[in-house]
Amino acid sequence: MAEHLGREEVTHIASLARLALSEEELVTFAEQLSAVLDHVDALRELDIADLPPMHHPLPLQNVLRPDEVGPSLDRDEVLAAAPAAERGRFRVPRILAEEP
Amino acid sequence: MNSDWELVVGLEVHCELQTLTKLFCSCPNAFGDEPNTNICPVCLGLPGSLPVLNARAVEYAMCIGLALGCRVVPSIFHRKNYFYPDMPKDYQVSQYDIPINIDGRIELPDGSVVGIVRAHIEEDTGKSTHVGGGGRIHGADYSLVDYNRAGVPLVEIVSAPDLRSSEGARAYVSELRSILVATGASDGRMEEGSLRVDANVSVRPAGTEAFGTRCEVKNLNSLRSLGLAIEHEAERQIALITSGGRVKQETRHWNEAEQMTHSLRSKEDADDYRYFPEPDLVPLVPTTGEIEALRAALPLLPAARRARLRERLPGADADQVVTVVNLALDDLVVAAIDGGADGRLALARAANEAAAHPDKARALPAASFAELIGLEHSGQLGATQAKAVLAELLESGGSPTEVVERLGIVSLGADALDGEVDAVIAENPAEWARYQEGDLKVAQFLLGQVMRRTKGQANGKLVAEAFEARKAR
Amino acid sequence: MSAPSSQALAIAAEVRAGSRSARAVAEEALAAVAAREEELHCFNEVTAERALAEAEAVDARVAAGEDPGPLAGVPIALKDNLCTRGVATTCSSRILEGWLPPYDATVVQRVRAAGAVVVGKTNLDEFAMGSSTENSAFGPTRNPWDTSRVPGGSSGGSAAAVAAGLVPLALGSDTGGSIRQPASLCGVVGMKPTYGLVSRYGLVAFASSLDQIGPFACTVADAASLLEVIAGHDKMDSTSLPAPAPTIVGGLSAGVGGLRVGVISDFLPDASPRTQAALRRAAESLAAAGAEVAEVALPELMNGLAAYYLIAPAEASSNLSRYDGVRYGLRVDAPGVEEMNARTRAAGFGPEVKRRIMLGTYVLSAGYYDAYYSQAQRVRTLVSRAFSAAYERFDVLLAPTAPSVAFAFGEKTADPLQMYLSDLYTIPSNLAGHPAVSVPYALGEEELPVGVQVLGPALSEATLFRAAAALEEAADPAARGPVAVGAR
Repeated sequence: MAEHLGREEVTHIASLARLALSEEELVTFAEQLSAVLDHVDALRELDIADLPPMHHPLPLQNVLRPDEVGPSLDRDEVLAAAPAAERGRFRVPRILAEEP
Repeated sequence: MNSDWELVVGLEVHCELQTLTKLFCSCPNAFGDEPNTNICPVCLGLPGSLPVLNARAVEYAMCIGLALGCRVVPSIFHRKNYFYPDMPKDYQVSQYDIPINIDGRIELPDGSVVGIVRAHIEEDTGKSTHVGGGGRIHGADYSLVDYNRAGVPLVEIVSAPDLRSSEGARAYVSELRSILVATGASDGRMEEGSLRVDANVSVRPAGTEAFGTRCEVKNLNSLRSLGLAIEHEAERQIALITSGGRVKQETRHWNEAEQMTHSLRSKEDADDYRYFPEPDLVPLVPTTGEIEALRAALPLLPAARRARLRERLPGADADQVVTVVNLALDDLVVAAIDGGADGRLALARAANEAAAHPDKARALPAASFAELIGLEHSGQLGATQAKAVLAELLESGGSPTEVVERLGIVSLGADALDGEVDAVIAENPAEWARYQEGDLKVAQFLLGQVMRRTKGQANGKLVAEAFEARKAR
Repeated sequence: MSAPSSQALAIAAEVRAGSRSARAVAEEALAAVAAREEELHCFNEVTAERALAEAEAVDARVAAGEDPGPLAGVPIALKDNLCTRGVATTCSSRILEGWLPPYDATVVQRVRAAGAVVVGKTNLDEFAMGSSTENSAFGPTRNPWDTSRVPGGSSGGSAAAVAAGLVPLALGSDTGGSIRQPASLCGVVGMKPTYGLVSRYGLVAFASSLDQIGPFACTVADAASLLEVIAGHDKMDSTSLPAPAPTIVGGLSAGVGGLRVGVISDFLPDASPRTQAALRRAAESLAAAGAEVAEVALPELMNGLAAYYLIAPAEASSNLSRYDGVRYGLRVDAPGVEEMNARTRAAGFGPEVKRRIMLGTYVLSAGYYDAYYSQAQRVRTLVSRAFSAAYERFDVLLAPTAPSVAFAFGEKTADPLQMYLSDLYTIPSNLAGHPAVSVPYALGEEELPVGVQVLGPALSEATLFRAAAALEEAADPAARGPVAVGAR
């Protein structure tokens, strides 16, 4: 069984996915994901390059709506669900670290 | 910039569309409303929400593509995945390798051509304000997010890296803006953020072909910032390279107050956007009929307007042509010319005087304008008088003849003029003698005397002619 | 062997006629829930007060001579990934614990408009990822047939609630088999419609191009009547088919004379012995009822599992990005927003969800997109075309729903791949966007229910249900719910 994902790679993916994983999780996931990828590897051997990828099972196209104003949500109801809010806005911790 | 180096600039312009509602939901597309009052499950990206495409946004996008000389083609949407607090879904619905408009070009006033690689549809993000640390993103304590702007329809216009100077970049944005406003798709208000420019800047040794590493510069809120930022960034890159360093491909943020760029990304990682086709939306396949109908309905665009003027007025002053078209006063001038008025004069009065009040000038009836030009050209009104009449016409309306009367402007008729000229000759015999011998300086003096006596109301050309005629006798 | 009487339709008829009050029905349902909920844990939340109020509103309409709707007074349970305004919608995840949506899903609006009474939100595998409901952050649901076993997943709560007779109707969602597999394991009818037939607006997305909402019921007729209510075009969903809701219930008894049925031979070897036996008997009963039954080999479908486990996690990794602690749900604080996001998601998501997000992120990342994601989408086309070819010779296809009967808690949790194999027979329909229904047919190993699956081409719901009705008539009544808890 080929080792698909090394620890570095898993760390990178976790970072892309904004998941703070423990050391243990990184190791476990690396193993489990590699096992799944092993299983799905068989797909790569299929000779189907000439088949179009199917993004939808639907034959639909051009689904549009008219440019007409509709009701919006009540801000209080929305902000009531917010973990932190201030002056009518969603509050978040600082966005970018100070530049060195 | 040092002539050892060549600057290469490509611009990405994000244009907010003037639809009534957002791209994927029916929330109002409005600027300046109370924060988070124009939101719904869709534009807030609440669990379970789904996008439905705004037909008018698609129409505007196609109009823009056609106005930029693009091919309008079948397209699909993609998700661009990255985390940022002003992104409700932490992915942006955009178009990736199959966009709606491709392969266009625009012609700048100076005749140069800039390629348009693509113009695609995407949704805008929310807006964050940074609290603490001076309100800048760097060093803020926390941020507050408003999602009113999230989901507003955008068209992103990507130019080819054809620009070679900051002036060229400014001219490009200016022209692009005119085109976008002409289509009706945008209100062109850079200061309100409805038009946003990011610049991709690189440098290379003059005469070489290979492109240098480029940096993207963001947060350019005016043409002035655009020019300054490009120049600053070019200098920075040149300095880096000449001191033995290498330019790192990154995104840099223009700081208006400090007049310099800062690196925006704190990490080395390039963003991996993991684009994949948006499963919640179906393909857009415009028909030839739809495309041609939009093309036929396009208004005359700036380049064509300039050409139309130049056609009627070969050798016209280029700056005046540009000004008049920029202010949408060319219809007025063209109508005047077609009605028989003197083109050079019509253009000049439009570019210099009418331009001071463009809104009112656009409302001026072409016949009035043509009549006024005629009065000045024939000599019945002097230049000063004509300008006064025009100002009054713009302010209060009426016809030129009415205004002349209302202002009490005495149109110096031929008899009165003759009288004044004869009087000046009589009062200045010595100067008159020198004039007859061909002294040009004294001609000015004599002319000046007539102007003084008539309080500037005489037509200078006619006065000069009158003196000439008497000289011959 | 005979068709069971419908519960839901019978209740609706009585309520509409005024011979039974919706309130009384609701009280009965709530009492049944109260009696067994502690042991079964079907529900994340029971909305008792609202249910009684809704029931009273139905009675008021009846009294006023107004039409209270085709499902008047029928108690219904909703999978807890369907947005219900003002009622917690958690997806059985800590990251959405206590989240109150400010809007109703379209299907929720439709079932209410039809007069149904919502009894509560049912348990599921977290964010619909799983085949046993063991991935719920709030504890698993137990199978009413044997409470040491799983009800299947991800719609385990809905399946169990119907199987235990707590409610006659429930809604679930099916992305790779999440309605049909629990239906089979719980001895009830569960159906996944054609992709696009039922609006996804308000369904918390797992894999957008695969998800569909569908009905659970003890009888085919009840399931069909619920589908009629929820199906049909919705302008809030761009992937919603322009078709109106199909009419199915009326044609159920038309029989299967002349129906061409293909038994998918490739699936049989992996199924348990009694599952295989049940399938053969099912095929025979259809033949006896006048269908033309033959075997068909569709080897391409065997690639479906791998393709699914690339596509679904990829789409899910994107759909679940929005859970970042900014606008709603759990937040674990940190000085910087990136860290806040990462800690929130680490604390809020369970291991299976994290696994799939990681897998999906990897599959979409630069350098791997073409080899994995793109290739998987081509396999979709392969599966789709295999089905199309089959449907030139057959009207419907027959297969087992699940490889075997309900398994014990913990039996498959050690190895994720083992769990994924539960979906082998159900996944191809999701990939192709085709409808499929599971009908409880016989008792299998340990005398636990075994369902049989009927598959059809897009928009073949009426035919599918007809075949399902015929199977139901021939099925062993002992194999279907409702069942008293811990039946044996």
